Amino acid sequence: MIPASFEYYRPKDMAGVIAILQEHGDEARVLAGGHSLIPMMKLRMAEVPHLIDMQDVGGLSDIEIGPDRVRIGAMVTQSDLIDDAALAKVAPILREAALQIADPQVRYMGTVGGNVANGDPGNDMPGLMQCLDATFVLIGPDGERAVAARDFYEAAYMTAREDEEVLTAVTIPLPKGGYAYEKQKRKIGDYATAAAAVQISKDQNGCSAASIAMTNLSDTPIFSEAAGAALVGTSVDDAALKAAVAAMLNDIDPTEDNRGPIAFKKYVAGVILRRAIERAWSRA
Amino acid sequence: MSKKMHITLTVNGKEEEFLAEPRELLIYTLRERLNITGPHIGCDTSHCGACTVTINGKSVKSCTLFSAQANGKEITTIEGIGGPDDLHPLQSAFKEHHGLQCGFCTPGMITRAAKLLQENPNPTEAEIRFGMAGNICRCTGYQNIIKSIQAAAAEMNAAKEAAE
Repeated sequence: MIPASFEYYRPKDMAGVIAILQEHGDEARVLAGGHSLIPMMKLRMAEVPHLIDMQDVGGLSDIEIGPDRVRIGAMVTQSDLIDDAALAKVAPILREAALQIADPQVRYMGTVGGNVANGDPGNDMPGLMQCLDATFVLIGPDGERAVAARDFYEAAYMTAREDEEVLTAVTIPLPKGGYAYEKQKRKIGDYATAAAAVQISKDQNGCSAASIAMTNLSDTPIFSEAAGAALVGTSVDDAALKAAVAAMLNDIDPTEDNRGPIAFKKYVAGVILRRAIERAWSRA
Repeated sequence: MSKKMHITLTVNGKEEEFLAEPRELLIYTLRERLNITGPHIGCDTSHCGACTVTINGKSVKSCTLFSAQANGKEITTIEGIGGPDDLHPLQSAFKEHHGLQCGFCTPGMITRAAKLLQENPNPTEAEIRFGMAGNICRCTGYQNIIKSIQAAAAEMNAAKEAAE
């Protein structure tokens, strides 16, 4: 419950943030909503001698809907995202997923950027962003760079972000077709036993495109290209669903914990993916 | 030990100034520094919501926020929602409908419910359950908390209509 001491900084701009990160390297961490970092500090699982509160850094809390992309600032909270009616119209899967994350209090504070940058495989947004083929914008001492969500996650808590970089925004191509975020959890606020993000498109020949990613079934989110490919060109009938589930099971690598043993998690993953595809298809 | 910070908070309308280490969590500032002991601590993993307060219009778990982060902000706790001689409709309704037993979750519950009813003055039962999902109760089984919030919503809506 009692975090170790730290120095607190509240810079007014990104240059100030980067300067502190450069000075202190991995001894410094940015604080967004604080709802993963502070719990870890309270358990002394994270030691952060230099904490950089991002709340006064401007320009990180906007949701911009462009003609072909959405740009979500890293400090947009889950509740900002849920409340944005225009966003719900163009990318409804974001709202559907955000409502399955944590609880009201946590959603007022927790941010999209913190969720995707955290690196905990339990977070829901990383898989969602892989499904949507999002791009993460990182800024560091040498300027900005973009990393695909599908390339960002290396292992639990290990991402492509360098110590001196800050994730400033997520950009998403406007999603097409039907969508679903389906999550099995033990209770409100729990990380998924298994969750699936699905976007699927339909034409006169059946399924024309499908994107599938899974949450908390490996030490990273899993974008299952093969599962999506198994649906394309089919009428998303039972055989296609079975093929997609089989392909997904081939890509995940769950571990046993108090959410259940490996065999159970694989079984649940199959059930959840099937439900997600069926719901997404019904909306396509 | 890190350097102490000068922090100013407005708590229940009153300005409070003090020096604190950056690691001081808001719940401890409220309870131990300011003797505002309505908000409680029921866990160390940000689940229970017994520490819920309102900060600049948001329901926040004050165990998961450093007071340094709240510097300059307005905070409302159960003590600022109503007093013994001036109960908020939610407080009356929790009393009337037996929405509490041990009372440990109640300050957080009512503070959260006040914000919920501000956002959604006519919630369905399902919306109340979902909107209160960040607050755990060991005693009531939630049923009477739902009834209390429904009754308070009806009361507040009637009062609002009468005023119009």
